[in-house]
Parts: sequence; C-alpha cells; structure tokens
Amino acid sequence: MKKLKSAKDLASLQDALRKGRDPKKPCIVICAGTGCLAYGTQKLIDNFRSEIAKQKLEGTVDVRTSGCHGFCERGPLVVIHPKGIFYQRVKLDDAAEIIAKTVLKDEVIDRLVYRDPVTKEKILHEHDVPFYKKQTRLIFGMNGQIDPTSIDDYLAIGGYSALAKALAGMKPEGVVEEIIKANLRGRGGGGFPTGWKWDSTRKAKGEPKYVICNADEGDPGAYMDRSLLEGNPHAVLEGMIIGAYAIGSSKGYIYVRNEYPLAVSNITRAIDTAREYGLLGDGILGTGFSFDVAINRGGGAFVCGESSALFASIEGRAGEPRQKYVHATDRGLYDKPTCLNNVETWANVPLIVDKGADWYAKIGTENSKGTKIFSLVGKINNTGLVEVPMGITLREIVFGIGGGIPKGRKFKAIQTGGPSGGCIPEQFLDMPVDFDELAKVGSMMGSGGMIVMDDRSCMVDVAKYFLKFLEEESCGKCTPCREGVKQMRIILDRITEGKGEESDIEALEWIGAGVVDGSLCALGGSAPNPVLTTIRYFRDEYLAHIRDKKCPAGVCKALVAYSVVKDNCTGCTACARVCPTKAATGEKKKVHTIDQETCIKCGACYDACKFDAIQVK
Amino acid sequence: MADMVTFTIDGRSVEAPAGTTILEAAKSANILIPNLCHNEELAPYGACRMCMVETTHKKRTKLVVSCIAEVSEGLEVKTNTERVRNVRTLVMHLLLARNPNHPILRKMAAELGIEKSRFAVDFKGCIMCGQCVRVCREVVGVSAIGFESRGPARKIATPFNESPAACIACGSCHYVCPVGVIPMEEHDGVRTIWKTDFPMAKCSKCGTYFAPVKQLEYFRKIANLPADHFDTCIDCRSTKK
Repeated sequence: MKKLKSAKDLASLQDALRKGRDPKKPCIVICAGTGCLAYGTQKLIDNFRSEIAKQKLEGTVDVRTSGCHGFCERGPLVVIHPKGIFYQRVKLDDAAEIIAKTVLKDEVIDRLVYRDPVTKEKILHEHDVPFYKKQTRLIFGMNGQIDPTSIDDYLAIGGYSALAKALAGMKPEGVVEEIIKANLRGRGGGGFPTGWKWDSTRKAKGEPKYVICNADEGDPGAYMDRSLLEGNPHAVLEGMIIGAYAIGSSKGYIYVRNEYPLAVSNITRAIDTAREYGLLGDGILGTGFSFDVAINRGGGAFVCGESSALFASIEGRAGEPRQKYVHATDRGLYDKPTCLNNVETWANVPLIVDKGADWYAKIGTENSKGTKIFSLVGKINNTGLVEVPMGITLREIVFGIGGGIPKGRKFKAIQTGGPSGGCIPEQFLDMPVDFDELAKVGSMMGSGGMIVMDDRSCMVDVAKYFLKFLEEESCGKCTPCREGVKQMRIILDRITEGKGEESDIEALEWIGAGVVDGSLCALGGSAPNPVLTTIRYFRDEYLAHIRDKKCPAGVCKALVAYSVVKDNCTGCTACARVCPTKAATGEKKKVHTIDQETCIKCGACYDACKFDAIQVK
Repeated sequence: MADMVTFTIDGRSVEAPAGTTILEAAKSANILIPNLCHNEELAPYGACRMCMVETTHKKRTKLVVSCIAEVSEGLEVKTNTERVRNVRTLVMHLLLARNPNHPILRKMAAELGIEKSRFAVDFKGCIMCGQCVRVCREVVGVSAIGFESRGPARKIATPFNESPAACIACGSCHYVCPVGVIPMEEHDGVRTIWKTDFPMAKCSKCGTYFAPVKQLEYFRKIANLPADHFDTCIDCRSTKK
C-alpha cells in the first residue's frame, strides 16, 4: 500500500478504485451484522463462496459481506446487485439456488421476497421495503455498500474526502465553526452541542489534548453504536481525525467494550489500514498534521460510559466516576483537555464537512439537527435499527417503520433513552422526536434505545427490570445511588408480590427525588426515571397492584392466575402439550382445565392457544 | 498567597483564598456542614453526599458537594435548604439501614430529626466512606485493601479475600474508620488485622513491642534516615539526646 501524500493522491486513488469496479457486475451482498451472524449467516457466506468456487464464477460474481442493514427482524438478509433484489429470511442452504436462479438467470425466488404484511404485495427491491423507504439513512445506509474490513470499499464511495477537504481547504477554527453552524448535538445521551465542545477543548490550556470515541454502549436492547462501529468503522475514524484536526489533538482513544468482538476487530483493522495509507499517523495526507488512535477495550461496566469513569478506566484505575466541577474539555483524561463524543456523533462529522453545515441543518427540527439512529426493539413487528430525521413522530417510527405491534395487540408505551430513560404513553405518540421534546415528557433521547411495550407489558414490572439493571450497574461509590436505587427496587419487589402499601408510591417518589438530586454521576442522577415516569403516566397500574392486588397486564406472577375460558376451548390439547408441569390437562375435544397448585404461571399455554381460551387474571 | 474571594454562606459574608473548597471555607467561618467521607489528609472523594449544599452563581442554582466544589467571587452558598435537607435525610436513612447504632451516625441523624431508619435494617456496619482504602493508598502508599464488587454488593476487601500481601499492619485503616468496623488487636507481640497475624518488633533499648516488623521494614525503605533509626521506639528515640 502506498502512502497518500496529498488530497490529490487520495482523489486519484478513489477514482481508480471506482473505475476498477463494474457497476453491472453481479455482486451478492450478505449482511454480516451481529444480528444476521446470530442467525448463522457465517455458514451462508461460506456456502456462497464455495458454490461460486465450485461453479468457477470467481471472476464474474463478487461476494461482499457488509455491516448491519438494520432490518434484523428479517435476517439473514441478502441483496443481489446490480438489480438490488432483496431477499430476507434466507436459509443457510439457499446459496446454490440463489446463484443458479437470481445471479445467473435473473429469476426471482418468490419465497425469499419480502411481502408487505398489510397489502401482501411482493416487494423486490430493498429501497422499496416500507421499513427502509420511510427512513433517512444518511449514515447507516452506507453499511450496505461496503465491506467494513475493506478501506478500499470506503474510499470507493468517497470515504476520507471530507478529511481531505478539511485538511486542504479549511482552517481548524473553520471546521469547528462548521460543526457549530450545523448544530450537531451529542448522540450519546446528553445532546450537548458538539461544536461548542470542540471549541472549548480547542481553546483550553494544556497539552496534549485528547479526542475520545465513547463506544461503551451498554443499554439493554440498544446496539446502534455497535453496528456502526462494526459496519462502517472508517466513518467513525474519519470523524475523529477531522475532530482532532479541528481541536488540535494528536492522540485519540476509542473506548469500546470487549463484549463487542466484531466491533473491536473491525475498528482495529480500520486503524491499521488507515495508517498504511497515511490517513492516520505522522503527516496525514502530506500535511503537517499528525494524529493517531489507540483502542481501549472496556470490561463491560455500564458506568464506564460516564465520562469521568471512562477516563478512570483508560488511565488504568477502576471505572468509577469522579466528582469534578470543571468540564472534561478543560480537565478530562489525565487531567488534560479532552473531547469525548459518542460513536454516532463522530460518524456524523464527515457528512457535515463534506456536504456543508447548511445542507445538514436543513434536516431535523429547530434545535435538533440531522438524523438519529434508533434501536427499535420490544413488542414491535420490525425489530431493527432505524435512522430517521429528528422531528419524526413516535407514531411514524412505531407504526410506519416498525410495522406496529405483533399479533394486533394494543400499543401501551415506548421506553426511550435506555435504562434511565422514561416510558412514554400512547397520548404522546404524535409528538415529534427530538432532544427537547423527549425531555419535556420526562424521558430522554439517550443513546437511542426504543423499547416498545404492548398491553401485555406490566409497567411496574418494566420499572423494576430497569431499576434492577441499574442497581447492578451502579458502581457503588455514592450513597444515594448505591443504597437508594436498591431501596426503590425492594419497594417495587413488594408491590409486584402483592405486598405493596398505598404509601409506597409516595416513598418511591421521595427516594427518587433524593437519588436524582444527591447522586454523584448521571447514572444515579437518572436511575429513578423509569419509576418516576411510570408513576406519572401509569399510576392506575401501580394502584391496581397495591389496592386490588391485581396485575392488569397479567405479568406479575404472584398476582395472576391462568384459567381456561370454557366457551372458547375446543379441546385441541395445545395447552396440555406445552405445559411444562402438566398443570394444563384434559381429554381431546373436551374443555381443558389448569390446576392452580402445579401451575408455575409461565404463560406457555396462553401463547400456544389459538382460540383465546386461556385467560390471565 | 492566592487571591481572596468574597462570597456568602447562609447569608453571611465570608472571605477565603480562591481554590478553597466550600467545606473548608465554611469550617474556617465556624459554619459546620455535616460530612462522613471527608478527611483533611485525603483527596476529596464526594461519595457520602452528606455535605451537599445549594449554590447560586449568576442566577444558576445547583446542588454540589461542598468537599469538592470551590468558592468563587459572589457565590451564594446555602447549607440548609429544603433540597439539601431532603438529600441529607435520605442519605441518613439509607446509612442507618446499614449501621443503626453507631453514636456518630445517631447524633448526625438526630440533628436531622431522625430517630431510626425508615428502611429495614440490613446490618453491614461499614458505611462505605472509603477512608480506609484511601488512606492506605494515598497516605501509607501500599494499597493493601480495596473495593470489591459494585452496586449494593460493594465492600471493602483484601485482594481475593486472602491475607493482604501488601499490608504493613500499620493500622491506619483501623484508626481512620469513622464507625470503627475494622478490628485490630494486639497480643503477646502479635498484631492481628485483616484476619492476619503480624509479628511486632521490640525496641532495642526498652524492649517493648512498639510496631509491626513489616511496617518498620517499609519505613526503612521509604524514609531517608539512618538504617538503625527504626530500631527503637518513639519514646526511646526522643530521649536519646
């Protein structure tokens, strides 16, 4: 690999790479994101490769393993170019048939085509699938176009042009101004204006200055940062290099949890290859600007996503937050000026520099610009990663893109902002999603987790789940978070066991307020949110548990009983066959019964019954 | 001398050098702010949250821990607002659930009008102020003990819960503990701490056991003094001349 000595060198390399690629040449793109790999996609990739070798097609058909496409619900996903035929739920042994029919003969395999669940219409191309069509995939859309382990793929779609533009034609202050003008806000949770953070770090006294990428994403159900780092590591890296140039930093860190092995491996390779090309290291692109990046693998503590705990961890100490009343931009890592931004924030930077702040600022709402990637999970038909412009309504995300709630059940709430976010009820579904609107209803943007709940989700149980997560992830340093969150969880345990008292709600609110005010870091400062918002919007459900000793959603085991609705039961024996304790019994074609003594309330019978003959009360 | 700044604490005008913490400045002005994890010999830690106060600067009001937040010109500090009392009251109830009996805690609780914890007692004794761990690391310099686990399971422990290899039996952790839950005993020339027996050294002059052998070895290593300096006890040393 030859080191690139100038912006011109880069442009001619990009050009050569583009020209060397025939857009008409068949290319099988296989999603190798973590979701699809979990389906066993590696085997599918191997099958494609060996089939191509067997048929001696190596020169005529390309196979590309890409990062996550986002439609995880429907994996394994395969797209056949040049026509862009979209196959979903591909079986591991479908490779030979796809090559024989679709690649070689242009025939479409019906059973692999996506059908719109509502209109039943067949949809041939990826971009026509409603899940994708309603998104604005500025950042995440690149994942499907590149092999994340190939820097040439990234260069061929114009990668590192923004870096060249910044280095060749912009002063560092000019880059900062551009980011301020674009009004990019931090995607990690706080929503702090990125440009201002850069500006403060740039102006701060002290050397060296550090730029850090926070890839310690750890919210249950959230995996957008992981998928970006896995699927497009160079975009993140390019953003960091531009940021370092703007700030005047020569040293960067990527703090990524070791539980994300593919992300670690892809970003490591990205750093190595960028260095070989002279895009990282001494004298980048032949200029006087030098910058390098090291990877710091985290041990998987949620609290290490908090800035001061993250710094402590990089410094080699236990990942515990430290109270400081100075900003990290003045005294951060090793007490030096530090700019810490999240994965998605960094990935936005090349786009802004490349297309300009004016273009960027047209997307989104007045105070929240650009797009946001959300991880849409829970009781939703189209589980996956979605990228939408700021200001889109929750309804459009849940019903337009997400395809609504499975089995036609009723939407109850959506939890945004990770474990310390809040649960937003149905009445706010038409609310535009941006930093400020989410805060108004007591939740937050967070890093972008969205967990959908239906009428079978118990809000007290949900609050308990998140609180338990935070209790375990609290570092234990300060009293309110360590002890207060635990006491709140004990009260919730009691309520869900039917031992709650009316005064418990007031107690939860009182402890919650004290934990918010008294905790050392943002983990404790927001830990009571799931409880406080569910009390605010679902107080009735708390009261049902406390006063009536009932769980309306049928979740809290101590408060529910499963029984057979005689009129609906056809005696199909489905419940008896799945019951693990033989509590559901009955003769064929006769009404079944459930023995309350032996029933463990697992709900298997409820899920198995096709005639609505099992009730939970 | 550092620049002096003028600010108010509970309405009283106070002067202190810039860079002073609110807690120190208040103490110099004879205004007492309750605290449990603060120790003048140790770096500020900010964990117990008892010393929280409300500050207003340029119309921005916030809660800060006074052991870390520094005074500045024109700052208004209030040590006893409703929000402050709420946090302190919560912290007190939470700590009393770990240790309901210690006189220091009971006295502090009584000042807040608390007789006993509103939470069920789950006796731990230790209130996690971390002074033992910090003194061992910052003052003694051996880091023989540390924190184990996280969240409510966090506790003070020796590495792998074994005899602490780095411990010099100096007893600093025992002396610094505000609630006296780190036991230390001495019998017949043996000091027992962290479930480990450490032999004591005899004074070469008067023959009394005066310090653990390991502690003296450590002192000899770090102190720039004649090698025989630590052969005698402090009494004999001071009467030498």
